[in-house]
Amino acid sequence: MAGNGDGVTLLGYWASPYALRVKWALKLKEVHYEYMEEHLPDKSPMLLQYNPVYKKIPVIVHKGKPLAESLVIIEYIDEVWKHNPLLPQDPYHRAKARFWAKFADEKCVPAMFRAFSKVGEEQVQAAKELRENLKILESALEGKQYFGGESIGFLDIVVGWIGCWARMTEEVAGVNMIDADMIPLLSLWFQKFLELPIIKECLPPQDKLLAHTKEFHKMLTMAALT
Amino acid sequence: MASGSVADQEGQVMLLGFWFSPFVRRVEWALKFKGIDYDYVEEDLTNKSTLLLTSNPIHKTVPVLIHNGNPIAESLVIIEYIDEMWKRNPILPQDPYERAKARFWANFIEQKVTESTREALLSQGEQQEKKVKELKEAMEVVEGEAKAKLNDKTLFFGGGNGVGYVDIVLGWTCNWMETIEEVGGFKVLDPESQPQFHKWMANFREVPFIKPTLAPKEKLVEYFRMVRQARLGLVANK
Repeated sequence: MAGNGDGVTLLGYWASPYALRVKWALKLKEVHYEYMEEHLPDKSPMLLQYNPVYKKIPVIVHKGKPLAESLVIIEYIDEVWKHNPLLPQDPYHRAKARFWAKFADEKCVPAMFRAFSKVGEEQVQAAKELRENLKILESALEGKQYFGGESIGFLDIVVGWIGCWARMTEEVAGVNMIDADMIPLLSLWFQKFLELPIIKECLPPQDKLLAHTKEFHKMLTMAALT
Repeated sequence: MASGSVADQEGQVMLLGFWFSPFVRRVEWALKFKGIDYDYVEEDLTNKSTLLLTSNPIHKTVPVLIHNGNPIAESLVIIEYIDEMWKRNPILPQDPYERAKARFWANFIEQKVTESTREALLSQGEQQEKKVKELKEAMEVVEGEAKAKLNDKTLFFGGGNGVGYVDIVLGWTCNWMETIEEVGGFKVLDPESQPQFHKWMANFREVPFIKPTLAPKEKLVEYFRMVRQARLGLVANK
């Protein structure tokens, strides 16, 4: 395992998409870091010390200074390690990338979670909302290969995990989330993105993730039924 | 660098807004802080202009900043854009770690204070109680930060005597929080348990470019009362 030469430690959880996107950022920047797995739901004293406000992963510690919240961390990584820029250089394009990151996190992700955790009519509505919002997100591609243009960038790594988790939750929760007819370009982008070696090698083992997702689904839907 | 008036160099800046919106005021504070000339367009919520609908087709709301024809939506995104386009009077800290912390706190405020306040305004009974409880907990964290960062010499989170990103993001509380408490029928502000926060609010209200932008409380109460009644009426009729 690469050592701690850059002075970076990442506290994460193997099944967390938020930790995953930080891993992708570190990978793209070729930053060496020490990874520490949190054994959730138990939280280490280190996690509680470094993120007292939310007590959640991911947290990075750089030269002894901790940071939480994946998007904050990714922008920090982009500013400290300047090669292979993640965000565009032009302020207007940066603003658009941040706008879409917010849209994905606030409009797509909660809908996906509701489609996963609810049952009946609520689930149907949530899946419909997700499909519609993914259609809107597709417009941000603007006919490019990736959100970043010819190569992946900030928005690709912020949004890319949705492709992996959506497929998994489709199987487990039995709803259609990624409708290839409705979002042909985004569908293709999800596929291409998740096949990139640098992206693929960070993904959690898919069989383990599926089993974990099934367990989580059982727990949530039982709660929804009571 | 081309010579010419400041306005030429800055290009055309337009801000679409509503008089009652704290999110619009934030953007105005950022523009004023930087001394940027802009045209303000008051939108009619019940009759949105074509410009608004084409500039922000996704959310169809304000604020929208239009700079040389390029539209930007979402107040925090707009403020970062303003800070990057106009380098004078920086709003965000220069140091990457301090910038990251400022963004962290801005996100915390949005998720835990702003959102919870909005939800408390638009709910009642048990649902509202839950939101008010969350809000009170969030305010404890805010007071903790204020205690840690502010003192007689450092009046604002931006450091020294100048406002910064966190101040601008939190600033809506200095006027709108009391209004929403009155309309929603709950209490979160407490000078005894939040002394540092109350000092900060008082100082923020008095900042010369901020003070004139604060709408009169009676007008805000009237408007938000209407919003609350409309939402609760909708919910009751379902």
